[in-house]
Amino acid sequence: MSNDLSPSACSAAPILKERGQHEVFCGLTSIIWLHRKMQDAFFLVVGSRTCAHLLQSAAGVMIFAEPRFATAILEETDLAGMADAHQELERVVSDLLSRRSDIKRLFLVGSCPSEVIKIDLATMAKKLSEKYHPDVNVVNFSGSGIETTFTQGEDACLEAVIRDLPNDEKTQLAVLGALPDVVQDQMMRLLTAMGVDDVLVLPQQTAGTPAGVGKNTHFICAQPFLGAAYDEMIRRGAHAIHAPFPFGANGTTEWLAAIAKRFGVDQSTFDAVTAGPKARATRAIAKVSETLTGRSIFFFPDSQLEVPLARFLSDECGMTLTEVGSPYIHRALVGEDLKVIEHNAVISEGQDVEKQLDRLAECNPDLTVCGLGLANPLEAQGFSTKWAIELVFSPIHFYEQAADLAGLFARPIVRSDLLKVRSAS
Amino acid sequence: MKLSVWTYEGPPHVGAIRVATGMKKVHLVLHAPQGDTYADLLFTMIERRNHRPPVTYTTFQARDLGSDTATLFKEACLEAYNRFKPDLLLVGASCTAELIQDDPGGLAEALGLPVPVVALELPSYQRKENFGADETFYQIVRKLAHPVERSTEITCNLIGPTALGFRHRDDIIEITKLLNELGVQVNVCAPMHASPEDIKNLGRAHFNVLMYPETGETACRHMERTLGLPFTKTIPIGVSATNEFVDEVFTLIDRSNSEGAIDSRLPWYSASVDSTYLTGKRVFIFGDGSHVMAAARIAKEEIGFDVVGVGCYNRELARPVRAMAKELGLDALITEDYLEVEATIADLSPELILGTQMERHIGKRLGIPCAVISAPVHVQDFPARYSPQMGAEGANVIFDTWVHPLVMGLEEHLLTMFREDFEFSDNAGPSHHAAHSPNQEIADHTATVSASDEGTNVIWLSEAEKELRKIPFFVRGKARRNTEKYASDRGVAQISIETLYEAKAHYAR
Repeated sequence: MSNDLSPSACSAAPILKERGQHEVFCGLTSIIWLHRKMQDAFFLVVGSRTCAHLLQSAAGVMIFAEPRFATAILEETDLAGMADAHQELERVVSDLLSRRSDIKRLFLVGSCPSEVIKIDLATMAKKLSEKYHPDVNVVNFSGSGIETTFTQGEDACLEAVIRDLPNDEKTQLAVLGALPDVVQDQMMRLLTAMGVDDVLVLPQQTAGTPAGVGKNTHFICAQPFLGAAYDEMIRRGAHAIHAPFPFGANGTTEWLAAIAKRFGVDQSTFDAVTAGPKARATRAIAKVSETLTGRSIFFFPDSQLEVPLARFLSDECGMTLTEVGSPYIHRALVGEDLKVIEHNAVISEGQDVEKQLDRLAECNPDLTVCGLGLANPLEAQGFSTKWAIELVFSPIHFYEQAADLAGLFARPIVRSDLLKVRSAS
Repeated sequence: MKLSVWTYEGPPHVGAIRVATGMKKVHLVLHAPQGDTYADLLFTMIERRNHRPPVTYTTFQARDLGSDTATLFKEACLEAYNRFKPDLLLVGASCTAELIQDDPGGLAEALGLPVPVVALELPSYQRKENFGADETFYQIVRKLAHPVERSTEITCNLIGPTALGFRHRDDIIEITKLLNELGVQVNVCAPMHASPEDIKNLGRAHFNVLMYPETGETACRHMERTLGLPFTKTIPIGVSATNEFVDEVFTLIDRSNSEGAIDSRLPWYSASVDSTYLTGKRVFIFGDGSHVMAAARIAKEEIGFDVVGVGCYNRELARPVRAMAKELGLDALITEDYLEVEATIADLSPELILGTQMERHIGKRLGIPCAVISAPVHVQDFPARYSPQMGAEGANVIFDTWVHPLVMGLEEHLLTMFREDFEFSDNAGPSHHAAHSPNQEIADHTATVSASDEGTNVIWLSEAEKELRKIPFFVRGKARRNTEKYASDRGVAQISIETLYEAKAHYAR
């Protein structure tokens, strides 16, 4: 990497830890992309009207007439003990499954209220799995805001999926994290060309494909927010591969190189596979970087993608980092990216949104990456902003998307240069 | 426990946020877990507000539950007061905080802040968003509004508009204009635009205009009792209703109607020859009770539609909606179950749906045109242009909005005559429609034809062709053209996946 830090200087810099109002989504939000990725799955949130409202609002009420998620809304009678919550849930599941025979995997998703009143979804999942065996497998995880932030919902889901997988001792590569289909296909082509054939991608599109993990499984994360899934893989005896995340030409090359090294791919094969796409990604990034080079960027915590993306933007696009905020920093996952940036930026974990807004005003960066609640108010104050959620919904991984990724950050800057019209107020 | 796919209303604390966000110099401290801050985006994104809602969320986490969430609330309250210095502090709890029973009201009271504090009871597991807004505004009025001297000139208050309300922004302007023409000035508009100081002055007015019963009726009834303010009962949506509203205002101020009928284009547009295509079209109407009742009357009496079904999602207005349905010879559908609404529409197969954002989905799925008449709505229903629902201009807007999704006039005839035409078929939707989308086969067919017309001789290898199909349809045509141009410029005869991505990188911006 083009950074001037020597590896020996990379001791852990102090992280600014914040505790105050968190302006972030809860883990339930992950369902919005998970339910599209896992085509035979249904996500049933056991929660309140707020949970249902969050899901449709965060999804922009824009997806589909009947999505593969729903909420079992708790009512007064469930809380007052007038109805047995477990029996009620069984009834709701039975209604759901009789209407949707295409469901093969049912996720019972815990929420803040279901956690607080201690509905035992693990026991329920087990019981329902037995009842609907072999047609439907019922699994539970928590997407509650008291335990999970935004993308951690996918992490909790994946952890539950891995816990459920049978043991398999074959030598294989497991890639963790939901990726858009086109991106996943590109990744598979690169891996196949390198001679890495036995690849398990989790989560799987359908439960139909047999899969297992075990002590000969080597795994790598494609998303940086999978701390619990990572730990679960280690518990299952699998071996982690560490690398920077596959964003940009360098990130993708290093990520693939780490796999190549573990699987004994020879250098000439590796170069043959990666040289072409790497060169064109570099060329494409260079064009977009004209807008980005020398500009400063500030990240509010959102998806945990912040550290790897900051690495990409400073290392490959020439941006200057100010503050890089992340809801949670899992060194085992983002360590390789972190060590490149931690001496060039304030790294903050958690949030006190009011104080962070004060710091933003002081920094006055050229671009601010933040959630939807903050973006328009900041635009109105004259800050150029990039909605963080778009980074979770867009294909941004690997070579062919590298310039698109840079383009997502360039567009707000290009726009503010283009617009010659002023607001009266 | 109730299985729910989409909900028409949010939880009651979202109603409280709508009131606080509409007002000035008010701050709401909400005891809530992290994640509940999603509510901010309703206002900043859907309504495009340029300020954050005045809400502090305590955002407690699991680890706080074991220790002291009450202290967390008190600290958040104090910090919010010191930072924002509001003239009125609202405190409440969202669904999860309701379960841990920290008593935000008592805790805030104990802080001894130098401003009034209103503690909100928002039963999340029984009630919903409209209740939350109505209750919050009522509690604010109860706390702050006391009898004051009446204004010498004739004035009224506009009651009910909130942040995130369907066309509230423009209805306020339209009704203010109408009242001014009648010689009535607006004393206070609340909750929207009102400060706590304004609320204290509500009693200066001579009467209240209840614009939205969903969010303002309880406060109006309270003011009728305690401030002696009568309120209007007619919702001025539609030509006849607006005329009746004017009559009602004149009665309240004890003058005879000197104005005559309002000046709207709707009556002539409905009477013009072209509108015979509207006559007897079968419509289904669903939304909040007030808008549904207004829409049903316009549909039947002012456009000449045949109303084949009506209903509302807010049970608070079930009774008047049922009564109105009965007059139309129908049974009202009173439900918050989206799937039940969908099934009813599928069963009735109307030619037009007048509904909410949810019915827009249903319409899309069933291939039935839909116009939006009520909350919940999405970003496109907060248009940049002036587009009220109320008053004379509101009636004009409604005529245009409802007619827009329909296939009109001669186009309807031609479709019937030439059903087999592949470009001009009823699948394609009305030709003037913004969302008019050609079907996929036609789009792809056209793309191929245009490429060969340009005389390019490039061949797509099947792998590359497959890859191209993974690109979303709305950019696929551009990707295809770019790739073919890239290939032919370089004398490449066959397009592989490599060529596709080489071209993509080449055209990267």
